[in-house]
Amino acid sequence: MKPAPFHYHAPGTEGEALALLAELAPEEGRILAGGQSLIPAMALRVARPAHLVDIGNVPGFDRLTSEDGILRIRPCVRHAALGTGTVPGPLGALLETMRGHVAHLPIRTRGTFCGSLANADPASEWCLLAATLGSSMLLRSVRGGREVAGEAFFQGFMTTALAPDEMLVEVRLPLLAETVRTGFFEFSRRAGDFAQAAALAVLELRHGAIVAPRLGLGAVEDRPRRLPEAEMMLEGRAPSAALFREAAAAARAGLLPMDEDSYRLDLAETAIRRALSAATGVPE
Amino acid sequence: MSGLHDIVLTVNGERHAVRVEARRTLADVIREDCGLTGTHLGCEHGVCGACTVLMDDQPVRACLVFAVQAQGRALRTVEGLAQGSRLSPLQQAFVDNHALQCGYCTPGFLMLGTAILEQDPAIGDEALVDALSSNICRCTGYANIAKAIRAAAAAMRAETAAAEVA
Repeated sequence: MKPAPFHYHAPGTEGEALALLAELAPEEGRILAGGQSLIPAMALRVARPAHLVDIGNVPGFDRLTSEDGILRIRPCVRHAALGTGTVPGPLGALLETMRGHVAHLPIRTRGTFCGSLANADPASEWCLLAATLGSSMLLRSVRGGREVAGEAFFQGFMTTALAPDEMLVEVRLPLLAETVRTGFFEFSRRAGDFAQAAALAVLELRHGAIVAPRLGLGAVEDRPRRLPEAEMMLEGRAPSAALFREAAAAARAGLLPMDEDSYRLDLAETAIRRALSAATGVPE
Repeated sequence: MSGLHDIVLTVNGERHAVRVEARRTLADVIREDCGLTGTHLGCEHGVCGACTVLMDDQPVRACLVFAVQAQGRALRTVEGLAQGSRLSPLQQAFVDNHALQCGYCTPGFLMLGTAILEQDPAIGDEALVDALSSNICRCTGYANIAKAIRAAAAAMRAETAAAEVA
């Protein structure tokens, strides 16, 4: 199908974009960044915005910088731009691994990291990453700017802390020290398809024990989140298949899945075990 | 009424001045306004890859880009691959390796394959399969498409080597 008619606006600066958004948000105005989720939704007439504010021509919006231990991702950084070639250390390697699960090559050249976060699909790899790492989001409108922690940004199924007139102008992720180990595992029906369950483990190993584990789960509940029960169980323990099983079972007990089907919970448990195995190098 | 936009698209080096509604996708405008019907439309929502074109050398789904977003970009479509009657190495390899049957998905695969060969002619097997999973072919089973891309890479290497000797 074809998208319904809309008014197109192409601001040349961030200030212009925010002013347009403030004016048009009450009239069903929305931001167009990469468009790789919005345009299909428009083609299917699930989304019918009256105005689109295209931020693709705003100078500086494609900037990606690593400074003082922080990776700063501006609104038009494409999925394809995130990897070992652009981001140092274990975070670069993790982005490259996860990027391979974000749709397909011709989508990755257009879709944006910040757009994925603003869209807040529970199955999004980047939302899982942002919820698991200690990220922060910079939200801006003509009323001013504010910073929101990753944990507070995701508020439910495709729902975020963004007000209609606010734009996600920057995401900040902590760069990971060389000693940090990461593991990611995702179940999906086909390559590039939406995740059915995805888990991310970020931890260190000291003297054979797990230290400061972060364990996140996506695509199971209405939003991605960390799993504190499992993290507490892992802290200070030596990685083993038995420990992974124990942690995954503890996580499962606290989950509120989007569907009643226990299959998704089975996938969640397995994804958690495999992510932990990938991060520690210990078979699950 | 959403207004009309006067834009110029540069497709295969040729400028096309067109007047379009903002809601028109790049794929539709390339086909209907520029008259280049080699770009095919399958699903029209970004799943099948039949409409893949190159925008500033990057493969994109032309059904997931509005034509108004493509102003000032260098666009390439399947019509730009052959030089006169001489097929591109990838097009020739598709013929030689039986990489098409009905041919509907072929323009999309040719543009995807062209981007793959330009970006990483020595791409690994796993990465190649992953890249080809972007597009759908319901005839060939993909094996011959992968084979054709490998054959084109070899032909291009041989051509480069011959040029260096000469």
